[in-house]
Amino acid sequence: MQKSTRQDQHSRPAVSDLIAQKKKNRTVGSTLEKLVPGILFGIAAVSIITTVGILLTLITETVLFFQEVNFFSFFTGTELKPLGQNAVFGVLPLLTGTLISTAIAMLVAIPIGLMTAIYLSEYASEKARRILKPILEILAGIPTIVYGFFAFTFVTPLLRSFIPGLEPTNILSPGLVMGIMIIPMVASLSEDAMSAVPNSMREGALALGSTKLEVTWKVVVPAAISGIIASFVLGISRAIGETMIVTIASGSSKNFTFDITQSMQTMTAYIVEVSGGEAAAGTTLYHSLYAVAMTLFVFTLVMNFIAQYISRRFREEY
Amino acid sequence: MTVLTGKANAKTNNLSASTGSETENKKIVYNTKDLNLWYGEDHALKNINLPIHENEVTAIIGPSGCGKSTYIKTLNRMVEMIPIVRISGEILYRERNIFDKNFQVEDLRTRVGMVFQKPNPFPKSIYENVAYGPKIHGIRDKKILDEIVEKSLKGAAIWNEVKDRLNENAYGLSGGQQQRLCIARALAIEPDVILMDEPTSALDPISTLKVEELVQELKKDFSIIIVTHNMQQAARISDKTAFFLSGEVIEFAETDKIFSTPSDKRTEDYITGRFG
Amino acid sequence: MKHVNVEQVQKKMGSRLFANTFAKTLFLLATLFGLVVLVVLIYRVIQDGAAWINFDFLTNKLSTDPERAGIMGAILGTLWLMAVVAPVTMVLGVGTAIYLEEYAKKGRIQSIIQTNISNLAGVPSVVFGLLGLTVFARGMELGNVVLAGGLTMALLVLPVVVVSSQEAIRAVPQFLREASFGMGATKWQTVKNVVLPASLPGILTGTILALSRAIGETAPLVVLGIPALLIPLPDSIFDKFTILPVQIYYWTLDSALVAEYTNLAAATILILLIVLFVMNSVAILIRNKFQKRY
Repeated sequence: MQKSTRQDQHSRPAVSDLIAQKKKNRTVGSTLEKLVPGILFGIAAVSIITTVGILLTLITETVLFFQEVNFFSFFTGTELKPLGQNAVFGVLPLLTGTLISTAIAMLVAIPIGLMTAIYLSEYASEKARRILKPILEILAGIPTIVYGFFAFTFVTPLLRSFIPGLEPTNILSPGLVMGIMIIPMVASLSEDAMSAVPNSMREGALALGSTKLEVTWKVVVPAAISGIIASFVLGISRAIGETMIVTIASGSSKNFTFDITQSMQTMTAYIVEVSGGEAAAGTTLYHSLYAVAMTLFVFTLVMNFIAQYISRRFREEY
Repeated sequence: MTVLTGKANAKTNNLSASTGSETENKKIVYNTKDLNLWYGEDHALKNINLPIHENEVTAIIGPSGCGKSTYIKTLNRMVEMIPIVRISGEILYRERNIFDKNFQVEDLRTRVGMVFQKPNPFPKSIYENVAYGPKIHGIRDKKILDEIVEKSLKGAAIWNEVKDRLNENAYGLSGGQQQRLCIARALAIEPDVILMDEPTSALDPISTLKVEELVQELKKDFSIIIVTHNMQQAARISDKTAFFLSGEVIEFAETDKIFSTPSDKRTEDYITGRFG
Repeated sequence: MKHVNVEQVQKKMGSRLFANTFAKTLFLLATLFGLVVLVVLIYRVIQDGAAWINFDFLTNKLSTDPERAGIMGAILGTLWLMAVVAPVTMVLGVGTAIYLEEYAKKGRIQSIIQTNISNLAGVPSVVFGLLGLTVFARGMELGNVVLAGGLTMALLVLPVVVVSSQEAIRAVPQFLREASFGMGATKWQTVKNVVLPASLPGILTGTILALSRAIGETAPLVVLGIPALLIPLPDSIFDKFTILPVQIYYWTLDSALVAEYTNLAAATILILLIVLFVMNSVAILIRNKFQKRY
């Protein structure tokens, strides 16, 4: 082979020969090569195992719970008294607490989030975007515990100064703060959807003499509607699962009420209260933790599926 | 690695006669037999038969989409990175079928270097780029590596330009320099064959000229197969030329013959600029 | 006869333009709302907490006496927690990303894992807390120690690391892989020597962001049963511990009882925000410094 001629010019053997030599004792390398895909698959499987773990954990204990508490009375019961001799487990107070706080949050997050998205995507100059977007990112990065502190020590006292009947712990304040927390999420997901609308569509409408508002409202928003709605649904899912803000600022009253000036407990706050109280394993109280968590899990899962379905089913083809 | 070349086998050399090209004493490096390739439903290469001799420059020309790039990527099985590819027929490299189950694709690519359309150095230092091949093949001795790097960069005619900044990032080089660095990188493992897939298509005329001169130089030690859409380039640097059209080899012969007296009308149309 | 009455259009144009300007202002105000909240929030925290931050506050142990209370335990606890979360989540996250991007064939298994990861990202953190409580703290009998908390937290932020690592790996141009394969490199050699180094900045940025999420998370660890009581400083991953957000939680809850706890909570929040700010700055620095050059 022609390499041999070149080899003569050098004191060392040809590279190709060196490589051939090394190849012989490279069994370690080739073993590794065969093992790597398996190892990586094993690592990737951890996420699946996590999901299975969550499901198994929730299901086994929930089944135990429903052996002790009637399924029907749990989901229709308006009374929740988990402690004491005559414990009663009705989940409705927690459900109303969760849904009302979520509704308040979305009343804040949807309009402000959407308007922010429209401003950033359609109106803001490049310079304004460069300043405003990081601010939203900072808002999104603030830990929920900080928002909880803010709701409890600032927003509640502020609201109480002009809503006299407001209790020190109430669902209104954490609901509002939760809404603020979710604004960045709705804004950035909606903005992504609107930015994906091709400029040719805007130009077409603008060339007909439409104002920017008309273009936004009649062209861009309809074109991006699936992404926008998906962002709302994900926001709802986030609100349902949010824990610390409501735990701190809404107290632990288990009243079945629709009065937003009152203290209410959400599903998440119940889980924190009961598990933090170190409920003894095996008791109905302990099992109730999982039944509530299961309900919460199903709620958020359904929301996430809906969001995925919307954005997949109605994906715009430009 | 098993010795792929072995002793000269005069019998197999006779196969080249079938294409009509002049039989020579040079050995065949690559022999393609009845190669067909599909991308999904798309029949991209049709019954290719092509013997390629060592220490020659073989140019592959043809209009866009004729399968020339696909063909050269099949020679080192890079084409298989596209999942929907199906292949039939065989390609013998030094008399062994590269599609054979026992044929290690890494061995093939160690013996067959490739230079790509767009310069694609790694985002590492110039030195590390050239040392990459030897290193992954187990050569760790710093002294040997230094020697290889210098020799390869000299071989690719870029040593004088980079010798003082071997530790700088390769992306600081100009496009033409990057491409010669990529050639140096391919030389570092002292391949048997160098495949070049339109190596000058992204380069300016001066860099192109440098690469062409380099190819002439490299011919002494390597067998080179070069895909080009530039007919003048093929005429300038190659010994043999294959003309591809719609996935078929229309004509394969001495470059002089192809460009002076092509035997097929379609070849003539193409080289006289009537299409493509 | 013309169908468009020019006069009519011009008359209407005035109000249409007004509506546009009005809406633009409204949208801008909505956008600025976030900024206002951020300013008020930070102002409040500084007002309540800044004066309380001093050397003693940072180095003292917990105490029921607000004047003597410090957050050394929470700082150490947070560091210990990160010492578990960082390596675990990085190995799992990057490994999963490499598998999905480089090894998995397009098909059922890949799409199941991918869907599962995006669903995991939507599971409320409090549910992860229950998983940790059931599996790590009680099932493996680790108790509410650093290791149990760290593993729980690692799983919680895993999707963040996976998704950002996937993006980083996907951003590595195909021609670099081709160059490596063209030299006869094997898949793993290519991944190890070309793909991972080129995507490292993106992976690091994602990991730091995931860690900053973990540092601020409270609910899973409260569910895990981190005590509000005074505990000795943690020395290993098998010690009981507390972390900054949990400390903030207990102080905020009790602020109704002892007014100064508000200040302690605010001071701790400031420390937490500074830590997060530094981490995010580092992440942005890495991202900018290693902007793609190809």
